[in-house]
Amino acid sequence: MDLTLHVWRQKGPEDTGKLETYKAKNVSPDQSFLEMLDELNDDLIKTGQDPIAFDHDCREGICGMCSQVINGRPHGQQELTTVCQLHMREFADGDEIFIEPWRARAFPILRDLIVDRTALDVIMQAGGYTSCHTGGVADGNTLLISKPVADYAMDAAACIGCGACVAACPNSSAMLFASAKVAQLAVLPQGKPEARRRVLAMTEANLSEGFGNCTNHYECEAACPKGISVKFIAKLNREYLKSMIPSAME
Amino acid sequence: MILDGRAPTGPIETSWDKHRFDMKLVNPSNKRKFKILVVGTGLAGGAAAASLGELGYNVEAFCYQDSARRAHSIAAQGGINAAKSYPNDGDSIYRLFYDTVKGGDYRAREADVWRLAQVSNNIIDQCVAQGVPFARDYAGYLDNRSFGGAQVSRTFYARGQTGQQLLLGAYSALSRQIKNGSVKMFARREMLDLVVVDGVAKGITCRNLITGEIESYWGDAVILATGGFVNVFYLSTNAMGCSVTAKWRATKKGALMANPCYTQIHPTCIPQHGDKQSKLTLMSESLRNDGRVWVPKKAEDCARHPGEIAEDDRDYFLERKYPSYGNLAPRDIASRAAKEQCDDGRGVGESKRGVFLDFQASIDRLGQSTIEERYGNLFDMYYKITAENGYERPMRIYPAPHYSMGGLWVDYECMSNIPGLFVLGEANFSVHGANRLGASALMQGLADGYFVIPYTIAPYLASLTPGQVKTDHDAFKESTENIRAEMDKLLSIKGKKTVGELHRELGNVMWEDVGMARSEASLKHALKRIPEIRDEFWNNVNVTGGALELNQQLENAWRLADFIEFAEMMATDALHREESCGGHFRVEHQTDDGEAMRNDEDFCYVAAWEFKGVDKAPELHKEPLKFENVKLAVRSYK
Repeated sequence: MDLTLHVWRQKGPEDTGKLETYKAKNVSPDQSFLEMLDELNDDLIKTGQDPIAFDHDCREGICGMCSQVINGRPHGQQELTTVCQLHMREFADGDEIFIEPWRARAFPILRDLIVDRTALDVIMQAGGYTSCHTGGVADGNTLLISKPVADYAMDAAACIGCGACVAACPNSSAMLFASAKVAQLAVLPQGKPEARRRVLAMTEANLSEGFGNCTNHYECEAACPKGISVKFIAKLNREYLKSMIPSAME
Repeated sequence: MILDGRAPTGPIETSWDKHRFDMKLVNPSNKRKFKILVVGTGLAGGAAAASLGELGYNVEAFCYQDSARRAHSIAAQGGINAAKSYPNDGDSIYRLFYDTVKGGDYRAREADVWRLAQVSNNIIDQCVAQGVPFARDYAGYLDNRSFGGAQVSRTFYARGQTGQQLLLGAYSALSRQIKNGSVKMFARREMLDLVVVDGVAKGITCRNLITGEIESYWGDAVILATGGFVNVFYLSTNAMGCSVTAKWRATKKGALMANPCYTQIHPTCIPQHGDKQSKLTLMSESLRNDGRVWVPKKAEDCARHPGEIAEDDRDYFLERKYPSYGNLAPRDIASRAAKEQCDDGRGVGESKRGVFLDFQASIDRLGQSTIEERYGNLFDMYYKITAENGYERPMRIYPAPHYSMGGLWVDYECMSNIPGLFVLGEANFSVHGANRLGASALMQGLADGYFVIPYTIAPYLASLTPGQVKTDHDAFKESTENIRAEMDKLLSIKGKKTVGELHRELGNVMWEDVGMARSEASLKHALKRIPEIRDEFWNNVNVTGGALELNQQLENAWRLADFIEFAEMMATDALHREESCGGHFRVEHQTDDGEAMRNDEDFCYVAAWEFKGVDKAPELHKEPLKFENVKLAVRSYK
């Protein structure tokens, strides 16, 4: 199939950037979206043009590195799918495709489709852990964790930290990202002792890093390639509220 | 030179405990005076950086991705082994040790493997304490599953995302240390040189992948935890950015590269389609717990829908050939068996390079919902890539390059032959021998990072005065100048071929000639072709863009340049090893029924290669392997 691509090109953070139009020819439906871009890049190089810079690494939907807004939707139209797992059979001959980077104040554009997501690391550094030292911990079976609780924690822990939730949110909020970690650790006995400190610190970091607040649009859940549920934001809010009343955290 | 791994002697059961006591310590108040550089933030590097920071050392950590959380350990699906013996099924530290030595086809160092098996249990406890959501049963206890090469259930897992959850555990420990100020994180940096002063590792030279600047970092010790090298095959299950570069740069500075020919070809990957593919996707070996592997008995049935092929016309070749391990035969054996069936003309799928992985029997026995719960994400992934529903028709799988057992040579304390250079995880060679068992990579990465290096780095540091060489030393200036010159050269070639095209060419040669079955003729052919590709690269590659900017073509070109040089050493090693063992299969050395034939008489050693210059043959050094606890035997899974 032949496609027309409109791709965001921007040399660096200070450049204004604009959409450029390219033709992708003889695209195979079995190719992945990124393989289609690889091939376009090889063509650009051969005709003396600058290849398109985009983040990617594992290409199996787990590292969270790939980050493109395709036709207005982070990671494209296929549900529960990262860009790297999106295949060209989802498109039709003659389609026009718009490809843009994540857009959020907290994610400055570095070049073309590549953004700086350090702010997400800062949220994790604020409290996304249990403060256990290496060694000297109890046997793994001393803590019994019921299956529903372990499953709930795993549902939250599946977040790949790609930032699609931020890109999808009209407020550029990282609340879904932060809440997934808050919720995972809040329900596990290992995480409870620090639950109060954690929810306060991670919420604070969300705001101080330039992300907005949550106003219940649910766009984040719709865009999330791992299907992280907004119920974790509700959990974060409950934890936050409880943190005002220290005795409620028991 | 005969190498000495300095493994402790005496009874194996107490070897690590005794050695821990014998090693010198660094006084707590002195620790902050030492600076340690950790390159790579996967399971090994992330765990090491976090644990060393926690001990009070001054740590700087580096990764090429935009965040430490993205290292390729994240893609491991199936699980992590430990000798907990929770299921009461006969497991023990000794059995895990034994299975790993045997699984590695008797080419690993016994004492290192013992230590790994011993600390395996601590890893599970550590990860639980971090909040890793391992699978639990309804009573709340940790659940186990089985993996290849073992007859016990010792694999702990977190759905099909065990690597992700363990890495996020290490990343959270690392994040905590970054917040505390004991670890400084440098993301989007590529290590391009090891700085060696008077024969001792003292720092690294990196390229800042955002600005393009060449940067110097000094350290009292350098730890490489930079993963494996199977992207030398171009198509592999590794992430696109995985490279041999950091290890190869160390090799060029004198570090020995051990057993580079031991590469693992993983049996359960999604077969290649077309010629435009950029990578191969693995599906967890755990699928072989409930999936049965088969091909049609008759070649003429191969094009038919699998559902139409009668039970009697199916060849469940792993169950037939290896009745006691069946579908859970180790990876090297399962991969070669799949290749044999396809070579015999009974492969399935468009390319005829595929075998079926069939879940029908398990769905009938357990119900689809149980299978969905166990492997749902893998079935989803399979569907996204192939547009086929694995619940309704058998999946198609084919082996693909996945892991490198070989790596930089290290002694028992994980130190290379260059003092001050330590190597952890997949980047070193030490515990998996010639074949790694499933769910053992995660175990090794975390063992090295959490429980080995925090102890074994101390005696080295205790022998030093901290901070004696810093970035104002001439060696750093020289290194920076060399790297800048190399960069300018790459950017000035302006030839006709893209980096991707040349990488594909190298990959084809490596897969055809140095892949699952190697012969003297194929290896000699590779050794002729690789220098030709190298020449073409340095005369005809087109690297666009400039030096001082974000330039992904330049990053890829640099990695490919190192893969090409490394490939020659890999083929040289494979040619010299006149035996078949584990992942290294020489067609000249096989039994009548096609099993690998080891030659313990002549090859029971680690082959550690010294780089002598491009276009010069590397020099072989040997570390003899002694087996005092596990008896050398023919490795049988029948």
